[in-house]
Amino acid sequence: MPEQVIFGMEVFLNGLMAGVLYALVALGFVLIYKASGIFNYAQGVMALFAALTLVGIMEGQVPFSHLINAALGTDLHHFGWHVPAFLAILLTMVVMVALSWLVNKIIFKHLVNQEAIILFMATIGLAYFLEGFGDIMWGSEIKKLDVGLPQGINSLIDETTFKIFDYGFFIDNLDIVATIVAALLVCALVAFAQYSKQGRAMRAVADDHQAALSVGISLNFIWVMVWSLAGFVALVAGIMWGTKSGVQFSLSLIALKALPVLMLGGFTSIPGAIVGGLIIGVGEKLFEFIMSSQAIAGQLFGFTLSATENWFAYVLALIFLVFRPQGLFGEKIIERV
Amino acid sequence: MFYREAGDFKTSYSEDNQTFPIKFDRWRYYFVLLVAFAVVPFLINDYWVNAVFLPFLIYSIAAIGLNILVGYCGQVSLGTGGFMAVGAYACYKLMTSFPEVNIFFHVLMSGGITALVCVAFGLPSLRIKGFYLAVATLAAQFFLVWLFNKVAWFYNYSASGQINSPERTVFGVPVTGAQTEPWAAYMFCLVFLVICAVIARNLTRGMQGRKWMAIRDMDIAAEIIGVNPLKAKLSAFGVSGFFVGISGALFFAVYLGAVEVGEVFGISKSFIVLFMVIIGGLGSIFGSFAGAAFLVLLPVLLKNVLVGTLGWPTDTAAHLEFMIVGALIVTFLIAEPHGLAQLWRVAKEKLRLWPFPH
Repeated sequence: MPEQVIFGMEVFLNGLMAGVLYALVALGFVLIYKASGIFNYAQGVMALFAALTLVGIMEGQVPFSHLINAALGTDLHHFGWHVPAFLAILLTMVVMVALSWLVNKIIFKHLVNQEAIILFMATIGLAYFLEGFGDIMWGSEIKKLDVGLPQGINSLIDETTFKIFDYGFFIDNLDIVATIVAALLVCALVAFAQYSKQGRAMRAVADDHQAALSVGISLNFIWVMVWSLAGFVALVAGIMWGTKSGVQFSLSLIALKALPVLMLGGFTSIPGAIVGGLIIGVGEKLFEFIMSSQAIAGQLFGFTLSATENWFAYVLALIFLVFRPQGLFGEKIIERV
Repeated sequence: MFYREAGDFKTSYSEDNQTFPIKFDRWRYYFVLLVAFAVVPFLINDYWVNAVFLPFLIYSIAAIGLNILVGYCGQVSLGTGGFMAVGAYACYKLMTSFPEVNIFFHVLMSGGITALVCVAFGLPSLRIKGFYLAVATLAAQFFLVWLFNKVAWFYNYSASGQINSPERTVFGVPVTGAQTEPWAAYMFCLVFLVICAVIARNLTRGMQGRKWMAIRDMDIAAEIIGVNPLKAKLSAFGVSGFFVGISGALFFAVYLGAVEVGEVFGISKSFIVLFMVIIGGLGSIFGSFAGAAFLVLLPVLLKNVLVGTLGWPTDTAAHLEFMIVGALIVTFLIAEPHGLAQLWRVAKEKLRLWPFPH
């Protein structure tokens, strides 16, 4: 088999794994959008905030230490204890639920019945606020996150592929774990939405707010629940991405990676988020591989391109949408005068 | 209020449609222009121009442009940063390729080039609507920034990948480059702002503006009453692109002087201009000014108070600034979703009645 095809296969596998991570972030968007019609731009910052909080709790940092030091002239940094990962994740979850409750109580309760663009702007405001808040609370330096997930090259795949192709594929253990976790999470979410009482109530709210209210479903409760679920998804995404590349500001930019996934899959569909994520993940890795390789693009087109990952997903989604404006699995848009 | 209208005596359509129906308002407008052109240039120094006036003037142009697209025509765009970059790079290429032409025309032409690019990226808006369109315009943002980063022709193959504005003069007075006097840069931008604002105001109150607003309110219904959605949407993209391109060119040539595209015209620029439009008021020219002034002044004020007066470390102050800007945006949206322009309108109505309840 030619060398390029084997490299291509490796890139394809890595693209699939990256796609699962994109889908993980996109899931949080879909959940909130379905239940409350809010396009939550703050999802990425929520992942960053969750990861920051998790690290802060595990390391026993003093919250707001920079602010306290600046205002009072003290020199506080750490409490001096270390919290086990499992407990820290639970505590972070409590923080995320509290955050969801506050966000609904303070912001979105007052914005019921506003236009979608106003709600969207409010979430951008929330994103700004959370970004500053997270940094002030835990400090803005790059932190390492280690909750005991395996990392590094998977030797089993490496050896097996070496026997077949004479070339070992580099697949990160973390990516495999992330894929499994994402798959489990999706199954759990679908099961929750289909079979539990709260899940059914959530779908009812998504279909029709007024009708759901009239049969006695509490909108407030559902919204807090959905935001908490999105917070949980953000926490999982934050753990995966944080372990991979450190907890830092750029973590919040994964929201931008998830947007084309949403466009491709449709804003309202959970399976759409998964399939869209996989298409985008594989597409952008393969495109980058083909266009930057001298042997393929250099010979076919006479030039090579690099760093196409920044825009490829968007352009792909844009071209796709021109032919199917509601995305792959989105609800058909019906317009009447 | 310090004046009261005595009845409504308009007898013709043009009288009803004028921008300043009250004489006092008209005189106030002339007064503001007079102060801006004849008084401010003598008072300002380097700090005021670079920290307050230039960003305010340039962002106002960008906000007017985006307001035409988002506020008047209802097409949400998140690609402003990318389009500003088009204006900046077009201006750079024109300035270096045709050094004998006056920079005034370079800026106008970069506006025209940006308009063309903007129309091209606006084409999908005929099929894609709402949030899908907003996200689709991000394609323009990322693609354009990448393009200016990767294709060396755009930055004349310079080693640093930056573009630097060479010195150019208007009537013998340098307006770009290191020799520029603060007042010259200020006047140059002010002229463009006044021209843009007058054009925008007259476009939006005329037939074209009404077509845009019909498309914004419901495009299918507008199509049925005879508005061509292709022409209306693309003209909005074009006009908006023209203004945004001018602001991008000024931002690069006059304000910064040297630009690295990813840093200056990144996604955050798109969001800031959108914030200005929304905080100022969608569908209002005055709102664009108010929004730009608010978001330019707020960070300067916060920085002066926190770092200057309280002596906090700059990074903590910067984070606090993020929090305050975010919180203010949310507060504004909750208190008055239609922005500062609406607040101003309401305040005027209240004051007009003021000591008497009816």
